[in-house]
Amino acid sequence: MRPVSYSRATDVGAAIGAVSADPESAFLAGGTTQVDLLRIYVEQPRRLVDINDLPLNRIEELPGGGLRLGGLARMSDVAEEPELVRRYPMVAEALLLGASPQLRHMATIAGNLMQRVRCSYFRDVAAGCNKRAPGTGCSAIDGINRGHAVLGTSDCCIATHPSDLGVALVALDAVVQTEGPGGTRSIPIDDFFLLPGQTPEREHPLTHGELVTGIDLPPLPVAATSRYIKIRDRESYEFALASVAVAMSVVDDRITEIRLALGGVATKPWRARQAERLLDGAPATTESFTRAAEAELAPAVPHGMNTFKIELARRTIVRALEIMAQREGTT
Amino acid sequence: MKSYEALRTAPNPDHAVVRGPGEVEVHLHVNGESRTAIIEPRVSLLDALRDRLELTGTKKGCNQGACGACTVWVDGRRVLSCLTLAITCENREVTTIEALSEGDTLHPMQQAFLDCDAFQCGYCTPGQIMSAVALLAEGHVGDDTEIGEWMSGNICRCAAYPHIRAAIRRVRDEGGPGDASR
Repeated sequence: MRPVSYSRATDVGAAIGAVSADPESAFLAGGTTQVDLLRIYVEQPRRLVDINDLPLNRIEELPGGGLRLGGLARMSDVAEEPELVRRYPMVAEALLLGASPQLRHMATIAGNLMQRVRCSYFRDVAAGCNKRAPGTGCSAIDGINRGHAVLGTSDCCIATHPSDLGVALVALDAVVQTEGPGGTRSIPIDDFFLLPGQTPEREHPLTHGELVTGIDLPPLPVAATSRYIKIRDRESYEFALASVAVAMSVVDDRITEIRLALGGVATKPWRARQAERLLDGAPATTESFTRAAEAELAPAVPHGMNTFKIELARRTIVRALEIMAQREGTT
Repeated sequence: MKSYEALRTAPNPDHAVVRGPGEVEVHLHVNGESRTAIIEPRVSLLDALRDRLELTGTKKGCNQGACGACTVWVDGRRVLSCLTLAITCENREVTTIEALSEGDTLHPMQQAFLDCDAFQCGYCTPGQIMSAVALLAEGHVGDDTEIGEWMSGNICRCAAYPHIRAAIRRVRDEGGPGDASR
């Protein structure tokens, strides 16, 4: 790890001022991604501004019925918030199916959105990687890419977005609240995560020194009937090979409302809009689910070792929808 | 968390001042004692404990947040000391495996690990025990499936998992101190 200097911010304005004034500085929150990447020289700030003492860890009711999750709320605390569990169970499930108990105590939910990809070439400073070092090529496209994305890829980058939480948030149309040198703004979650395109180094629209202060969950009654289903190589403490966040309501065997998003298979948390369009109003049958899953994965591009993910994602979608349909049928 | 409030507001160096990148005085509170280490801000809590404070019970396994051998408590919550910078722990209470026993009397979880043969090489054991005691305080010890899920952040290369779960069940069933604040 390169030498770094350190200060601890006592208020939000001071934290933003300190980081925005110095291009080689960075916020430090839970540190679970950042300390790891500092140690392997993938990130090399000269100064860390510790924001853990800032009053941004509360979970509050929003007027109109939503919830605001403070950016510094820890994954473990958010997952146990009773109102979140009751109104947005898929969010709690996504959090508890990610990382380990120790990491969930450390990691913040803003940091969860800002975490970097786990592509082994991104993490290896000797390898070509357009995300870490633009213009050096993508080593994963013809390399070891079993864990890589099949949706949202480009000829520059195929790294999978690692967040589980993000998948539930895109299904819910959450809104990211930020504060920076230019003031505050609200960014719809689907615009917060950027596709790699020709600029994979650019993962979100934030400017240097702009801080994620909170995440707003909008009021959404159907979210009370939601699940996060995660498929992985081992039962716990592992990233998704494919995952599905789904909220669904069924009336008289027809789907009246559907939210669907995919993780583990795309370069950003993936809202399955094509599948949603086909499912909305359709009979809640395996046939409908299969047709929707096939349509969503139709544009998928495999790169050799990750070809299996296309079928795995289809089956995970169908299974998640079947689970929801059975539960809907029994209530 | 209330017992940590006094520590949080205790007088300390002006945190807003930029310190480092060279060595600086870092004031820690470890196992109930005030300790000072002269370290660079980039030094992990794990290295500060082992190499500067001579608390070598906490083990370095992967040093990248994957194995759990370095598990300690910060403000009573189990965390990974390899991914924690020591300087960020000023004004927080750090608890390590050395604090569990009272003299020669082992913590019930330590005794249960011995009685249940819950380790082979023993390298992951301090982390396992720190995690297990915290888990009892957190709950989530209903059955072996739940224990396995909530202990999944602690890898045992010898695969002593069935005996580790047995040790946790025993302390759970004895109603012994699962109190992480002890």
